[in-house]
Amino acid sequence: MSAKTAGAAPAGPAGADSAPGAGKGLWAWLNKRLPISEFITTQLTGYYAPKNFNIWYFFGSLALLVLVLQLVTGIFLTMFYKPGELTSFDSVEYIMREVNYGWLIRYLHSTGASAFFVVVYLHMFRALLYGSYKAPRELLWLLGMLVYLALMAEAFMGYVLPWGNMSFWGAQVIVNLFSAIPGIGPELVLWIRGDYAIADATLNRFFALHVAAVPLALLLLVALHLVALHETGSNNPDGIEIKEKLGRDGKPLDGIPFHPYYTVKDVMGVGVFFVLLAIVVFFVPTLGGLFLEPENFEPANPLSTPLEIHPVWYFTPYYAILRAVPGKGLGALLMFLAVAAFLFLPWLDRSPVKSMRYRGWMSRTALTLFTVSVIGLGYLGMQPPQGLYVVLARIFGLIYFLFFIGMPFYTRFEKVRPVPERVTCHAH
Amino acid sequence: MADHAVLADDEVDLSRRKFLTKATIATGTLGAVFAAVPFLESWAPSERARAQGAPVEFDLSKLEPGQMATPVWRKQPIFVVRRTPDMVARISGHDAELKDPQSQDSDQPTYAKNDLRSRSPEFLVLIGICTHLGCMPKQRFDKAELYPSWPGGFFCPCHGSRFDLAGRVFDGSPASINLNIPRYYYPNVRTLVVGADEKGTA
Repeated sequence: MSAKTAGAAPAGPAGADSAPGAGKGLWAWLNKRLPISEFITTQLTGYYAPKNFNIWYFFGSLALLVLVLQLVTGIFLTMFYKPGELTSFDSVEYIMREVNYGWLIRYLHSTGASAFFVVVYLHMFRALLYGSYKAPRELLWLLGMLVYLALMAEAFMGYVLPWGNMSFWGAQVIVNLFSAIPGIGPELVLWIRGDYAIADATLNRFFALHVAAVPLALLLLVALHLVALHETGSNNPDGIEIKEKLGRDGKPLDGIPFHPYYTVKDVMGVGVFFVLLAIVVFFVPTLGGLFLEPENFEPANPLSTPLEIHPVWYFTPYYAILRAVPGKGLGALLMFLAVAAFLFLPWLDRSPVKSMRYRGWMSRTALTLFTVSVIGLGYLGMQPPQGLYVVLARIFGLIYFLFFIGMPFYTRFEKVRPVPERVTCHAH
Repeated sequence: MADHAVLADDEVDLSRRKFLTKATIATGTLGAVFAAVPFLESWAPSERARAQGAPVEFDLSKLEPGQMATPVWRKQPIFVVRRTPDMVARISGHDAELKDPQSQDSDQPTYAKNDLRSRSPEFLVLIGICTHLGCMPKQRFDKAELYPSWPGGFFCPCHGSRFDLAGRVFDGSPASINLNIPRYYYPNVRTLVVGADEKGTA
């Protein structure tokens, strides 16, 4: 791709002066030593994206924005936070009450965590809707899933740091999941905790992982995700490869330069996103216990289990699956499989078409039921594990797995509609 | 090596080069494995954590019949229950509703692998951590406290596991084994030591 576009002057408004090595003076001096101009041409002004993107295509750039928000607010929080059994809870209260604007930085970070999952889940749903994980984007999908896994680890360890009672008991429950591994389980749990219970040692290593190790891995994975994206190019709501229909200038007929067309579009998304974020941060920072649970406003107490232990909303679908299964080993295994199942999507999906627009009723029904199940499980994961709730969690859990297990069959045998030659895009 | 001497200056002995490459990778990998050991070992409980995990003593004379105390050993709550004869009687009669009535698959010292899961009928000693996912079960000692046929025992609020007054898990609980029992002994009639027994320290 880059070989085709790098040499030619881009047709976009940026003009010919951004071609590699072009310009004069300092700009030319710089470009001889660092390929800034070439990068802009190949990755922004000369990078063609399909012209029929819709609202679902906001969430990738928003995820990047939230990553930056979390890095900036996180760096400032580490300037005031003191990890340790005796200091963590108090230092968070110190940030909230005495550090200038500490409350704002902390609420931006805690709300940002939930916002991260909101945009990532919508981003993933977009991929399910338009078959963006299908060839040739399998690796792009896998890298994205690794980003998601790193994000889960990051969020889990971050929730432990304030050392509230839900921090403690959440960590206790999740770390104990590893004891279900046959043979090495109990030893492994002791090693992860560094003590006979979740303790100071655990808190300090989670801090190190949360502020250094996992963010570094996240940044690397996000960079690889973007490199893979720019290699294959974006999918689009029609699931048509725009590279297959090139104009006489060698550019995709259905493509437009990422900059300025999509940078402008994404900036509008950023505006809307910041309005919604501000509403939560300033008016409902805990979102009624959904983003920050009430139990976490009291210090960790190893001798007092909260009446109900459940994770923050973004983990509750998996948590509901864990609790729906009688028997610890099987529950933990199914919970793990529920996450891992996404990794196999590119090979489970046998449909000849990518987008849901041209798929048959079976794929559409499957995706609808799956979405309802995930939302249902998310709700049930916050409810006490008894009676009707358990029955419903089992039904939704079954649908959840049937979506994946049945996919090779319903995608192969259903009748699909003909895919048009060119993307559908109405003038506006 | 005599047979390599015939090579001209600009020629490359590929087989020799492949061997050297493989040998370098193997040595480097081995070195990396050894180098990883100190970092991985640093996560194991420190000497301080081990020292703080030493056995603890508990004064049994503080407990009234029917009462439970929760001393701490290794940062885990230990349930010490002084069972009344009525409570002991309520342990039998529901074996059919239990997952592991004989404690075959459960974790306890041999002297606690019996019907009452204890060294003496009166005192029950358990690790107060649910064998499902590590929450602390609540005491629900009264008959019919949870439902009409409830014989009294423990209820875990996290995921709903239920245990009887010997710490044995009921069917339909997510926990698959009975509550764990630590090593313990009585050095005299009024003292309990948790974390050690006649055979040594846990």
